[in-house]
Amino acid sequence: MLSYLLLTLVLLSIGGYYLGRNRAFAVANGHIRNLHSLPSFYGSYTALWCGLPALIVFAVWATLQPGVIIDLVVAGLPPELRELPPDRLNLVINDLKNLVSGNIVSSTPNPAILEAANRYRNLQTIGNASLWVVIMALAIAGIAYGWRTISPTLRARNRVEQVVNLFLIVSSTIAIFTTVGIVLSVLFESILFFGKIPVTEFLFGLQWSPQTAIRADQVGSSGAFGAVPLFTGTLLISGIAMLVAVPVGLMSALFLSEYATPKFRATAKPALEVLAGIPTVVYGFFAALTVAPVIRDLGTALGLQVASESALAAGLVMGIMIIPFVSSLSDDVINAVPQSMRDGSYALGATKSETIRRVLLPAALPGIVGSILLAVSRAIGETMIVVMAAGLSANLTANPLAAVTTVTVQIVTLLTGDQEFDSPKTLAAFALGLVLFTVTLILNIIALHVVRKYREQYE
Amino acid sequence: MNKPNSATVPATSGRDIKTIVNASLPRRHAAERRFRWYGLIAISLGLAFVVLMFANIIGKGYSAFWQTYVQVPISFDAAVLDPQGNRDAKAIEGADYGALVRAGLRAVFPNVQGRGELRTLYALVSSDAPQELRRTVMANPALIGATQEVWLLASATVDTFVKGNIDRTLDETERPIKDNQVAWIDKLAAAGKVEQRFNTLLFGSGDSREPEQAGIRGALMGSFYTLLVTFLLSFPIGVATAVYLEEFAPKNRWTDLIEVNINNLAAVPSIVFGLLGLAVFINFFGLPRSAPLVGGLVLSLMTLPVIIIAGRAALTSVPPSIREAALGMGASKLQMVGHHVLPLALPGMLTGSIIGMARALGESAPLLMIGMVAFIVDVPRGFMDPATVLPVQIYLWADLPERAFVERTSAAIMVLLGFMILMNGLAIVLRKRFERRW
Repeated sequence: MLSYLLLTLVLLSIGGYYLGRNRAFAVANGHIRNLHSLPSFYGSYTALWCGLPALIVFAVWATLQPGVIIDLVVAGLPPELRELPPDRLNLVINDLKNLVSGNIVSSTPNPAILEAANRYRNLQTIGNASLWVVIMALAIAGIAYGWRTISPTLRARNRVEQVVNLFLIVSSTIAIFTTVGIVLSVLFESILFFGKIPVTEFLFGLQWSPQTAIRADQVGSSGAFGAVPLFTGTLLISGIAMLVAVPVGLMSALFLSEYATPKFRATAKPALEVLAGIPTVVYGFFAALTVAPVIRDLGTALGLQVASESALAAGLVMGIMIIPFVSSLSDDVINAVPQSMRDGSYALGATKSETIRRVLLPAALPGIVGSILLAVSRAIGETMIVVMAAGLSANLTANPLAAVTTVTVQIVTLLTGDQEFDSPKTLAAFALGLVLFTVTLILNIIALHVVRKYREQYE
Repeated sequence: MNKPNSATVPATSGRDIKTIVNASLPRRHAAERRFRWYGLIAISLGLAFVVLMFANIIGKGYSAFWQTYVQVPISFDAAVLDPQGNRDAKAIEGADYGALVRAGLRAVFPNVQGRGELRTLYALVSSDAPQELRRTVMANPALIGATQEVWLLASATVDTFVKGNIDRTLDETERPIKDNQVAWIDKLAAAGKVEQRFNTLLFGSGDSREPEQAGIRGALMGSFYTLLVTFLLSFPIGVATAVYLEEFAPKNRWTDLIEVNINNLAAVPSIVFGLLGLAVFINFFGLPRSAPLVGGLVLSLMTLPVIIIAGRAALTSVPPSIREAALGMGASKLQMVGHHVLPLALPGMLTGSIIGMARALGESAPLLMIGMVAFIVDVPRGFMDPATVLPVQIYLWADLPERAFVERTSAAIMVLLGFMILMNGLAIVLRKRFERRW
């Protein structure tokens, strides 16, 4: 329904374009040089007058309409329904919406609600019809206005360019809005959470069991929100991942940039980067169904107690995922070291490996540290592998064979499934998100800073 | 190079240095060879992981592209289908097709007696078989009264067994298929009544609790709608931002801030974008959960930095002489960008966007947050319908223990990887074809 309206609007704008262009030809008496701008700009000018105001009104209307209709319908409800507490009223409204959209309703609807649903439908029809009328009127009025104002002296190009410029500027601010949105949404819910659970308990508590009860008198209703086990779990798994990724990634980068023939490099480098393109859910599947059983069987063969969701399996696979990350970043860094430094070392009689160890690595160290930091932040924020392969129980342990849980796993488990939005359980997820965001942000800022400083050194 | 050595060697004696260096050479060369080996081992490890993962997934999943069917004689009994005899479409649709299937199976194995045994017999075919018969009869009512050999979808257990993934030498209690079922299947197979066909259901149906009926069509359509929203939003906005920052923006604090922001957004964990989507799009704006529209919004925020960074790189590679020539001919700045710079930079921008879209296609963590994990049977038909996407479908199936689901998960992964290879390949072709060296 509404998409047809948009389509009509687009068609009208296209029509407006041709009308405006023809009008420009007409007012110029056939000589384009009489015009201030090229005729196509007059066309775009008219099209903008047709489409833009209508589109803005459409957007505002479409966002406001559902709320207004709900308010009107609620006002029309009998008083015994209207004066329900807000949460009960929300249930009634939900039932109503379900009725309107023709879904199955939980209980047999009461006649007042049926009537309200009818009112809702009527109002919706009226609203949509009037939206059509208003938008069409606006669009046609826009065309008429644009068409009338076209004259040889109209600075159509400048007007059109102003609008385009505005679009460019607004687009470029979206990145800022995204960041602000992330910070606000996470911060706002976190403050609500810290109103219920003290910050110190969250950051330094050793007990994590977020299962809060629905009724206060229920057993086990005291949820514990000490996040230290999650932090240690995250660090344990990321640590294992880095133990895999850093040596393998760094040595691969060194081999590819210093030893490999150009032909070998041309095939091996993209092949290694395939690892970076594989979706993380695939790694998760691999970790949970292939690596974890192998590790468990190996452990049992050696007489060790291995949890079936051991930190080792998740960490190993995460390490594989991060290898190309470390290797391609270090590769850039190593290539940035000037050739003259290598040549100087060779001239003194050093072998290749001595040059790498005593000249190249010290020179490239800041850059390598930066890339490792970026990789760490990637490992900390990685979700799917740990959700699928790591455990759910928050154990405070450094044993890689035990099951641990991580910050990201907890965010996912707290927010999927049935939830009340203002319970500490769901709010805790946002607090964890805040921690995650802050830590990765700091790591990224430091890493980017280190890398940039390092690049400047050799430029 | 070697500090302890140079300290002990007297500076006067050239012969001594030579002997000492010569003496140390074997050790140094050994170290050199060792180091080289470490490098080679590291890179082979990395490549081995790639091969291992692909081999593992293809090995587990290739069999899911085939599906077992068993042939059973079905008599389309008019007494069951159309008791009134007036060919009323409604009555035919509501008839008990399960009875036809059961009767057909009993006809093949007339010796099976007792409820328990009959139940294991009926479990040979999928619970979808009656629906399949209903569709056949509804499409061709002339079948009523006839008896025909019909290929019926086998149940997942039978399918797994026929594919050889259940060890028949195990004890009955240790495998999901019963001894008598094995005997029946062997008998059917000997008569040529068991067949493997290309698994059209995998691509043609939505999710299901029954592995043999579960397909990825719903997830594929969900991914399609989600990516469409992502592309429609992130490409124009990304290109506009890149153009603004590269061509128009004054160098000041504000644009610096935008730049730092974009670089940081590129490194924010994806799950945080999911939290943003949940808090802003769902709770604040009240958009429906599980909708491709919301998924697309979240993913486009994630993809934007990728497109912007690629777009800026493409714009900087266009030489300034083009700009100066256009301006010199009297073009306005916007005309210069629109007519000359942008068309030249567009292939590079498209390449970057396709790579960004490929990454968005494989993303699942933020979509878990906005409710795209629900069990959804229907194939979505719009941007507002509840949907799931391919990676999330993989996540959901990976949790299910049946062997048949493991096989399907791997097959879904193969499809996903196929799409990613396709997209990245397209990006490479675009780059090769349109790359210009100035």
